[in-house]
Amino acid sequence: MTSSVSRWALLSLVLLMLPLGAWADWGALNMPRGVTQISNEVYTLHMRIFYVCVAIGVAVFGVMIVSMYLHRKSRGVKPADFHESTTVEIVWTVVPLIILIAMAIPAARVLIKMEDFSDSEMSIKVTGYQWRWQYEYLDSGVSFYSQLDAAHNQARQQGADVDLAKAFPGTSFHGEEDVYLRQVDNELVVPVGKKIRFLHTAADVIHSWWVEDLAVKKDAIPGFINENWALIEKPGIYRGKCAELCGRDHGFMPIVVRAVPQEEFDTWIADKKVAMAANAAQADRQWAHQQLVANGKQVYEANCMSCHQAEGQGIPGMFPAIAGSDVATGNIDTHVDTVMNGVAGTMMSKFSQVLSDADIAAVITYQRNAFGNDTGDTVQPLHIKSLRMGLSTDKGADLPGKVASMPALNSNTGVN
Amino acid sequence: MSSTDVTHHAPEEHGHDHDHGEHGPAKGLMRWVTTTNHKDIGTLYLWFSLIMFFIGGAMALIIRAELFQPGIQIVDPMFFNSMTTMHAIVMIFGVVMPAFVGLANWMIPMMIGAPDMALPRLNNWSFWIMPFAFTIMLSTLFMDSGGPAGGWTLYPPLVLQMGDSFAFVIFAIHFLGISSVMGSINIVATIFNMRPPGMTFMKMPMFVWTWLITAYLLIATIPVFAGAVTMLLTDRFFGTSFFSAAGGGDPVMFQHIFWFFGHPEVYILILPAFGIVSSIIPTFARKPLFGYDSMVYATASIAFLSFIVWAHHMFTTGMPLAGELFFMFSTMMISVPTGVKVFNWVATMWRGSMSFETPMLFAIGFVIMFTIGGLSGLMLAITPADIQYHDTYFVVAHFHYVLVPGAIYSLMAATYYWLPKWTGNMYDEKLGKLHFWISTVFVNVLFFPMHFVGLAGMPRRIPDYSLQFADWNMIATIGAFGFGFSQLMFVYIIVKCIRGGEKATAEVWEGARGLEWTVDSPAPYHTFETAPTIQPATITR
Repeated sequence: MTSSVSRWALLSLVLLMLPLGAWADWGALNMPRGVTQISNEVYTLHMRIFYVCVAIGVAVFGVMIVSMYLHRKSRGVKPADFHESTTVEIVWTVVPLIILIAMAIPAARVLIKMEDFSDSEMSIKVTGYQWRWQYEYLDSGVSFYSQLDAAHNQARQQGADVDLAKAFPGTSFHGEEDVYLRQVDNELVVPVGKKIRFLHTAADVIHSWWVEDLAVKKDAIPGFINENWALIEKPGIYRGKCAELCGRDHGFMPIVVRAVPQEEFDTWIADKKVAMAANAAQADRQWAHQQLVANGKQVYEANCMSCHQAEGQGIPGMFPAIAGSDVATGNIDTHVDTVMNGVAGTMMSKFSQVLSDADIAAVITYQRNAFGNDTGDTVQPLHIKSLRMGLSTDKGADLPGKVASMPALNSNTGVN
Repeated sequence: MSSTDVTHHAPEEHGHDHDHGEHGPAKGLMRWVTTTNHKDIGTLYLWFSLIMFFIGGAMALIIRAELFQPGIQIVDPMFFNSMTTMHAIVMIFGVVMPAFVGLANWMIPMMIGAPDMALPRLNNWSFWIMPFAFTIMLSTLFMDSGGPAGGWTLYPPLVLQMGDSFAFVIFAIHFLGISSVMGSINIVATIFNMRPPGMTFMKMPMFVWTWLITAYLLIATIPVFAGAVTMLLTDRFFGTSFFSAAGGGDPVMFQHIFWFFGHPEVYILILPAFGIVSSIIPTFARKPLFGYDSMVYATASIAFLSFIVWAHHMFTTGMPLAGELFFMFSTMMISVPTGVKVFNWVATMWRGSMSFETPMLFAIGFVIMFTIGGLSGLMLAITPADIQYHDTYFVVAHFHYVLVPGAIYSLMAATYYWLPKWTGNMYDEKLGKLHFWISTVFVNVLFFPMHFVGLAGMPRRIPDYSLQFADWNMIATIGAFGFGFSQLMFVYIIVKCIRGGEKATAEVWEGARGLEWTVDSPAPYHTFETAPTIQPATITR
């Protein structure tokens, strides 16, 4: 009881301190300074305009409070009769105008710097999907997808426990239990001290790539490419989120940027290339049915479950059921086509770009054998691979990781 | 009903055979269905918006209940998105706009000394479209494909993923738009044509002025919005590609068109509030409004500027630098006329002889908390900082400060201010003051913490959040439930006042000026059937 009282006392104290701006250093209450020169300049602008607002507020509310105390009828005051003064009107038009000009100049200066994309040393293309990010390192060809970490994905299901340590006893979260919804499976690794150009686009709806510590937020718009840049000065992990409403799982699309020294980055790129080659080779061998089902369950939980639900029952009217559905129990080709190419005009997206051949084969095999869909069918990664080759000759390049396949029809950045 | 004893002389030129002698209200339900009386229609609008206020509020409480603590406990994320979308649509189109139109119906004819609105049958129609439009809109929540869940801004391509109930949403929006445009035409026609001799433009009360300008904003922007949603409809159902890059269109074009409507729209939601507060503060300060002329010019400037700032909602969409600079400067400019208004209100209070009845409390609450929202708006105008603020709870805090303790407080102030004129009875002053203080404490507990979580990085429109935002979200939810349930007091006070109470005089308030205070309380069913004589010295505002 005492502790809750003191908590309320503390809260009221905090509220009392608000006008003083004394909480500027309390990270949880204010914009972080961030780790780039731009983010620091943005922070400075933010604090400057904040203090201007506080000053205006103190002046206006101060006069009001004094007036409410002095000029009340209960004190027997007789009202004055003035109701016009051109001089006063001019003063309180011109003074704010001067303050605005004083604010506009530094703001314009920072804005011009933010929009200067020249002399970048490397480029990363960031594509938004419902609901994951694809990162393509245009200089080295490394490409991968990044989405909410599997444990967090479990914890955020309806009625689950968000305390990760409790929900997954014995699992190590690298001492980062408090990063609920802020952890991804594959981090974006970047070098420090390099001007990195980000190219933003999206495959389905509009997303927005936002990392507050880098003061970087730009909409990812399907069919267009937006530019942005960051030069990170300090190694570390910087977390962000999708900022533009992008459908059901908009709140579950985190971003993790790991900034590392250049040598470490080079090693990481080399390792990533090896891993990508190994991954591609997965499609070339025959898989056991059980292995496909087991892998497929994981792929399902990461990619399909949020809409089609844990038991494949879907949400009537919005997301069709997989359990007992015509697609998942009927013709295999229709099923493969639905998963790979999506269904136009619905939220069912095109997974051919997002998942590997092995993952697509696994998840289809799983869906055809789970939820009472006991078809006994097996779909091999090689089958998907051959379809994809066919696709690429029929419908143009549709291979994952190829920049040419992106739906970039226009560029509205004006730098071409 | 004292209104029945008003004698009425049928105009001689009307040779119709229906009865002109009896012009009290008809009895029963049909009175309300067929009425062309501005006071009846005003009452209908006000009750409608009060009902919608509780529907929209219930949606807000579902949102806040889900956000009480991290994790998904109560609703599916898709339904959560429907709630944020519908809450906005209901509150904007179903609460604030109809309430202002209701006040315009009741008060504008009485303020300018006109017998009724210029187009009474149109008036009936513009109200009765609304309940049907909202029934269609809300019914989508019970359809298979669910209510709209892409945000009230209806951005494509997301909104185009909606199922077939999307067509109902567009249909309802069209009807709401028709209703608004008809209401606006009526207000413009009334103000231009129904003023008695001597009631010059610069003698009109500020509420009439602000509504005249608001009506023009509506007439100019609603058709733009109608065009935008029609393009969405054809993109969704008829294979066009206005907003799809794959077909040569541009999703960002929708945002430009939408906000060309949407930004004037936010002034539509606040200009009549300025008019209300400009009426109330002089009354209770017992001193004329300071700087009437500059108030009129400031309102007109805000309306003009509202058309050239729309892209400040879009600073992260990748506009060219020149565009970003232009919209930053034009947005900052808006704070000048808005500042003039606030300074004028303070100057009106200065050296007045103030008393603090409930309408005055709500009006002062409006000035202070609207200014807080205005100041965070100035922060949002600084583009580099806006790129950080954009789509976070900081923005949610900003627009709720200008809309809840802003627009909604002005509506409550107006209700308490004119309720004695409408009902003939004084409301319960003690309860009114209690309603103000409870609301004011909770509204700040609700919205102030949103500044913090927004700056610390919490995006808007998310059903679940990471743990560092947990404390402030819990506090905000407590404030939401406190604020929501304390509005039941408002209903109780209104009903109690209608049923009886101390009889109100014609003037009602000691310092009240203007023509509406020269007629009896309650206002007779027909007022100013003979135009009042307005001498140059007559005080009309």
